[in-house]
Amino acid sequence: MSQEPIRERMSGNEAVAEAIRQVNPDVMPAFPITPSTEIPQMVSSFIAGGKVDTEFIPVESEHSAMSAAIGSESAGARTMTATSSAGLALMWEELLLAASNRLPIVLTLVNRTLSGPININCDHSDGMGARDTGWIQIYAENNQEVYDNYIQAFPIAEDARVHLPVMICQDGFITSHAVENINLLPDQPVKDFVGTYEPEEFLLNPGKPIAVGPYSISAYAMEAKRAQAEAMENAAEVILEVAKRFEEMSGRSYGFFESYRMEDADYCMLIMGSAAGTAKQAVDEMREEGKKVGVLKLRVFRPFPEKQIAEALKNCKAVAIMDRCESYNGNCGPLGSEVTAGLYRNKVNLEAVCYTYGLAGRDFTTTHVKEIFGALQSLVEEGKKIPHNQYIGLRTKK
Amino acid sequence: MRTDVKKINEQTPYEDLTEGLMMFAGGTAKEFKTGEWRTNTPVFLQEKCRQCLLCVPVCPDGSIPMDGEKRLDFDYDHCKGCGICYKNCPFGAIEMREGCEVPAKEGKEA
Amino acid sequence: MDQTLEIRWHGRGGQGAKTAALLLADVAFMTGKNVQGFPEYGPERMGAPITAFNRISAFPIRVHSNIYEPDYVAVVDETLLASVHVTDGLSPEGAIIINTPKSAEEIRGKLQGYTGRVITIDARGISEETLGKNFPNTPMLAAVVAVTGVMEKDAFFAQMQDSFAHKFAKKPQVIEGNMKALKMAYYVAEKATEKQ
Repeated sequence: MSQEPIRERMSGNEAVAEAIRQVNPDVMPAFPITPSTEIPQMVSSFIAGGKVDTEFIPVESEHSAMSAAIGSESAGARTMTATSSAGLALMWEELLLAASNRLPIVLTLVNRTLSGPININCDHSDGMGARDTGWIQIYAENNQEVYDNYIQAFPIAEDARVHLPVMICQDGFITSHAVENINLLPDQPVKDFVGTYEPEEFLLNPGKPIAVGPYSISAYAMEAKRAQAEAMENAAEVILEVAKRFEEMSGRSYGFFESYRMEDADYCMLIMGSAAGTAKQAVDEMREEGKKVGVLKLRVFRPFPEKQIAEALKNCKAVAIMDRCESYNGNCGPLGSEVTAGLYRNKVNLEAVCYTYGLAGRDFTTTHVKEIFGALQSLVEEGKKIPHNQYIGLRTKK
Repeated sequence: MRTDVKKINEQTPYEDLTEGLMMFAGGTAKEFKTGEWRTNTPVFLQEKCRQCLLCVPVCPDGSIPMDGEKRLDFDYDHCKGCGICYKNCPFGAIEMREGCEVPAKEGKEA
Repeated sequence: MDQTLEIRWHGRGGQGAKTAALLLADVAFMTGKNVQGFPEYGPERMGAPITAFNRISAFPIRVHSNIYEPDYVAVVDETLLASVHVTDGLSPEGAIIINTPKSAEEIRGKLQGYTGRVITIDARGISEETLGKNFPNTPMLAAVVAVTGVMEKDAFFAQMQDSFAHKFAKKPQVIEGNMKALKMAYYVAEKATEKQ
């Protein structure tokens, strides 16, 4: 039975903090970094006010934050942390360990560009940099989605078929610091949904000793990695099951991605994060003019749902793949690489143009969206040659 | 998930390994006899030993067993013959011999 | 209100333009609207020009970009007029609301030929008179509500009374002064809007 929503307004960071308050995790080791600082700050005030009994571990760096998270999760405590940008980069080594030790830690990432040039604003280079660390990654369009995704993170991570860490991502400042309407869930249904954390094996378990993260000789390491990859594959079905259960509670439905006005779309914009909302607004305006355009908003980046994306795009004439991240590979960003590879493997052949947008907080507007759809249309309908890897919103002499 | 670690070996398929190669047992190092790695072997000269116990904490392999407040003869199943105990003994009560062979007991037990 | 109302705030770091935008989002939310309130972030320096934005709508708001063609502009610090093109993209159907003791006629010359309504409000004067200190946010908020008509006067006053009672629970003596500042600014702005 769906819950009566609690109408509220708050920023994306407040929304995550609210979800944390409701989940009441056991341990939070964290080190502050803009734009995620408010999250540990708000959790600290919840602790001071007796609203949660989370153990906050102040550490001297993000390297230590993730190390402490690994320790406490191994010990048997439900553990989470928050970070951004260079903070995530400093966790790099431990991110891989958290995943390979199969620890269901939840990290809320407030996406911010990686230096340099040094800048505090949003792009996805931090999250994308960690895309091959073995973490599940789920991206949000707004405060509502980051709240909903956060609540779903624990049941996904802790499922016995998965046992992997989850990164819940939202766009720095654009959603983290923007106050918007949100529908919250009451505390008890959230607590019931997430349940009590009861790991089968953990360090602080008298009489049942275990060793976590032992050295592995070559005779075992490759097998361990393959098993870990399989857990990531399993995560796909678990993500959908948890989403279904979440829908029953909240009335809000989630999948690997959202298909917006895609039923008869000739042209699609595939995009992740807050800019998807801007794209939807532009699509509505273009639909008024009779243009057959749609948006595919990717929610789950890891595991990467390539078959489903290929299926969703198979009737389109062209797709613009939008990367808020530069890969420096001379071709396109990470989303461009993975989507085009997926289309090829699934034998779906359509025009795919990769765009880089919104780096380091560069604004992305409905005008940009319309410009891109215009370019796709002229590529298909007029045979106009356009570069398959380009920037939008860039100052240039050309 | 709890698996007998003794049943896992280098022929085990990946599906049957433990999650994250977790070990469901404590003190497994005991089962792993490293004594055969020795190229030099320490010999305990009990008559020179004053039981100062400087040797015990410096042994990297925990191969000097204790009984109450006294050290006993070496645990040759695990001693790798590094010689650190020999360097630390102020009384010449440890002697290093070439080879891996366990010295014969010379009558007087501790 | 069929369409989304877009408002851009100009202020200086530390003056509370961001807070004013969040306050406006708050009261609009309380009267049942969908809202967005967000600042444009950069290096945070006291005194540097900053911008903040509001979208207010009867429908869910999905756009996540800054506002380039606002319906209204609010300027918290008059000295910004010398360095920032505050009327950029501003709709001539809308209005600009400026915190200044000067008259609209005196100010218009500094507005790059803007042809729409110019509303001046002495937020500092009102604040100093009612609160004894310069807190221009409350009067500016009231002026913006009066000029934009984003919500009914009575609902706005009632909402702010509640919100002050909550905010100043530990110093209730300032509630009255704040309400006085709010109403004074509201009526000044309302009158100025009627005149133009």
